[in-house]
Amino acid sequence: MQPFDYLIPKDHAEASALLAAGGGSVRPFMGGTDFLIRARGGFIRPQSVVDLKVLPGMREIRQSPDGWLVIGAACTMNQVAAHPLVLAGYDLLAQACNSVASYQLRNRATIGGNCCNASPAADTAPALFCLDAVAETYGPAGARRIPIADFFVGPGRSALQLGEFLTAIHLPPAPTGACGAFNKLGRTKLGDISAVSVAVYAWEHDTETPRRDWRIALGAVGPTPLRAPEAEAALAADASPQGVQRAAELTAAAARPIDDIRASAAYRRAMVAVLARRGIEAVLAGIARAGLQAVPFGGVPAGSVSPTGVLREGRPEQMIGGAA
Amino acid sequence: MNHDIHLIVNGEAYLLSVPAHHTLLQVLREQLVLTGTKNGCEAGECGACAVLVKWPGADHAEPVNSCMVLAPEADGAEIVTIEGLAHDEQLDPLQEAFITTGATQCGFCTPGILVNARALLDRTPDPSETEIREALVGNLCRCTGYVRIIDAIEMAARAGREVAR
Ligand SMILES: Cc1cc2nc3c(=O)[nH]c(=O)nc-3n(C[C@H](O)[C@H](O)[C@H](O)COP(=O)(O)OP(=O)(O)OC[C@H]3O[C@@H](n4cnc5c(N)ncnc54)[C@H](O)[C@@H]3O)c2cc1C
Ligand code: FES
Ligand code: FES
Repeated sequence: MQPFDYLIPKDHAEASALLAAGGGSVRPFMGGTDFLIRARGGFIRPQSVVDLKVLPGMREIRQSPDGWLVIGAACTMNQVAAHPLVLAGYDLLAQACNSVASYQLRNRATIGGNCCNASPAADTAPALFCLDAVAETYGPAGARRIPIADFFVGPGRSALQLGEFLTAIHLPPAPTGACGAFNKLGRTKLGDISAVSVAVYAWEHDTETPRRDWRIALGAVGPTPLRAPEAEAALAADASPQGVQRAAELTAAAARPIDDIRASAAYRRAMVAVLARRGIEAVLAGIARAGLQAVPFGGVPAGSVSPTGVLREGRPEQMIGGAA
Repeated sequence: MNHDIHLIVNGEAYLLSVPAHHTLLQVLREQLVLTGTKNGCEAGECGACAVLVKWPGADHAEPVNSCMVLAPEADGAEIVTIEGLAHDEQLDPLQEAFITTGATQCGFCTPGILVNARALLDRTPDPSETEIREALVGNLCRCTGYVRIIDAIEMAARAGREVAR
């Protein structure tokens, strides 16, 4: 690897100043699991790296007074996946974090690095899209907030500007009874980068007439992760078995896949439909089970995990290898 | 650019001057000549470089791929490598079980697997076979076919439970 220096910033302002002054030759560094591969391959030749993990708040997970969950950008995949607040309200994100690489690597790989690398295959992205995450950044103009869908701009390109870095991911309060499922397909059953991934998420509205809202987001089948709004709307109107099949087809239609070393576009599109159907069915099953468990006054029964926790234990169809 | 770092490896304290762009793997193998930790891919894939790291302020050690850690990041860390797994000439129950079951062939993957399996048993003393397989996703072995490795880890888990009883 070509030599570079390692810098520890004393605060956010200094980190931003170092990055800005260096042009592209001073790079943010967190877990290094994307960075080191690219530096070793000679794809990037930085003069130095700025270790952002050391900045205050970067490795913390906390609830804000208005009920949002704030995940520091440098929290590792294992840290996020095991955190009680994540498990209680955002199990979909825990599933996604747990699907990344291996246990050892998840002790290095961070949620923020996953987003900043801006791979269309970033495994946390579909979950973050479903959860309406908001990225918090810090740069020369101070802090700003960017909805996650606007954060991903293109393959390997985020909305971050020179001197700006990601500080946290904010998740809105989790609706009660929300349920999610993340399915991905790689070369191997576990641990491989996604050739296709699909996150499905649904929650009930507390209205007179029960109404359910859906989110479906896809990874590795477009220049950025993307949502499938037609499929979401179709499911809200009809979640019968035929409706589910229709939604799976609409999800596949929303994909914008390309042929590359991991899979052909045609295979990807076909697999989107399969993973979408499985995800929707898993969420429906999770909602049904949560409904059965519900206490007479509604809400989540005392002492139980979130409805999605039920799904987790069963690990229904998380990551399917080979032909699906 | 070199950085001075303090670190503890297998209970011994060191003060080292390390190049910023070197990895912890390089420090262990090239500077400390602890060559039990292997370099299989330098890309986070194979797990041969796994070591246990207790970061400053952390309450316990966790396994990481040492090829994915920059040397200066290790300042203040406590590290256990394969050389530190045995205590007072007493092999770790995992090492005993690997010998008993014949879980090693060429041995290149073995240090990383032992270190990673130690971490697994520390957090999950009674793992299911699925949990063992999941824990080994990032440890590639091209000799054994994994069956005896899994047997060995189950055997060590049983031995550990008997000791605890
Ligand atoms: C063997 C292996 C398997 C993998 N498997 C998966 C997988 O299954 N799924 C998956 O999604 N990914 C996978 N990855 C990719 C990688 O591990 C993840 O994307 C990881 O989350 C990156 O986080 P990091 O902290 O290591 O990022 P780093 O490598 O530290 O940084 C990634 C990029 O973002 C920039 N950056 C980092 N932090 C910031 C910040 N705060 N602000 C602005 N820019 C920043 C860096 O300069 C760099 O360009 C794998 C990688 C390896 C080596
Ligand atoms: S050498 Fe580090 S994972 Fe292969
Ligand atoms: S024993 Fe040879 S690689 Fe595992």
